[in-house]
Amino acid sequence: MKALLIRDIRLAVRAGGGFGLGLAFFLIVIVMVPFAVGADTGLLSKIAPGVLWIGALLACLLSLDRLLALDFEDGTLDLLATAPLPLEAALSVKALAHWITTGLPLIIAAPVLGVLMNLPTQGYGWLVLSLLLGTPALSVIGTFGAALTVGIKRGGLLLSLLVLPLYVPTLIFGAEAARRGAAGAEVSTPMLLLAGISAATIALMPFASAAVLKVNLR
Amino acid sequence: MTLAVTNLTIARGGLPVLADVSFALEAGQALILRGPNGVGKTTLLRTIAGLQPSLNGTVAGAQDQIAYAAHSDGLKAMLSVSENLTFWAEVFGQSDISNALKAFDLESLSDSLAGTLSAGQKRRLGLARLLVTGRPIWVLDEPTVSLDTASVAMFAAAVEAHLKSGGMALIATHINLGIEQANVLDVTPFIARNDVAMGSSDEAFL
Repeated sequence: MKALLIRDIRLAVRAGGGFGLGLAFFLIVIVMVPFAVGADTGLLSKIAPGVLWIGALLACLLSLDRLLALDFEDGTLDLLATAPLPLEAALSVKALAHWITTGLPLIIAAPVLGVLMNLPTQGYGWLVLSLLLGTPALSVIGTFGAALTVGIKRGGLLLSLLVLPLYVPTLIFGAEAARRGAAGAEVSTPMLLLAGISAATIALMPFASAAVLKVNLR
Repeated sequence: MTLAVTNLTIARGGLPVLADVSFALEAGQALILRGPNGVGKTTLLRTIAGLQPSLNGTVAGAQDQIAYAAHSDGLKAMLSVSENLTFWAEVFGQSDISNALKAFDLESLSDSLAGTLSAGQKRRLGLARLLVTGRPIWVLDEPTVSLDTASVAMFAAAVEAHLKSGGMALIATHINLGIEQANVLDVTPFIARNDVAMGSSDEAFL
């Protein structure tokens, strides 16, 4: 399992691995928003948590179609399916590698970009915490979507359509937690629900992903 | 240890292609599968490797014993030869890749990126992967594609060494490998007739 994790991270950071893709997209979206919305600092700080969450979610989505498609094309998935590692574990590891190379950089960049969005001071900690709790769910659900569309050439559109509805609960509670945090309100309810969504998807999704991948490998 | 295939009926895209295939493979034996293109050799090998379900019949003794190698080698262009091999060795719980590098004459290439290798060198790397799996049953689909004569001899020597150490090999190929212990099975007589009972309709979609 460790070998797979190290290989995936190594591949992501080598040339052509797409490591900076999500991060660059996130950066561009958040830098552009103040230009588009206007320099009204009151309005910006009001929409900051929601825009930062949307940016992070779309940046996550952007890298999903590479998650399994490359391994499918070069036959790695066939070989992994016959390896001693259970497919559920292999997919969990791949989701973890996706989170480390996509989710984690977004979480680190979010507070810096919060400055551009005039995020209120008390909101930074809650924004980072909500992303920390929410982005693992995005990676795990995304792995399921990638497994579902793995045999399809240029399946990116279908993947987005399938995955976005599944992302909605995470987005609602994640953005709500960040918004309440920024407004100085009580955050525990959305934060707990967000943590619950992440825990449930991490525990259950790999089984669904492995089941659909086995069907797709036939 | 035996690999026993009994009355196996296999399907491609929901339609049966080969019916009632039976054979047994003992330790130290190799079986060469022959038959025209499209007859179902790849489907048969994938079914035995557990990558797809059979319509009927059983495969005994294959669970967690098979090292599968097909047309694509599962190599990453941006990883070096030794990184690729080390990865597969670790996935299969092994650590030593030096024998595999030596057997397929890849030592001088061990630091090159797999993406810079020629087709034949990639194939040799894909076959070297078999040696680091430590699995007793090799299931190989057209292993000699893009190999030159010297590399085919290298491959045949590796298979023979594997058989001598108690392994088995099931190989679909069109060329003569010159492996002495190998039996040949022509799968043409097993071609499924159209009136063979079809699988459940779900098979066509799942």
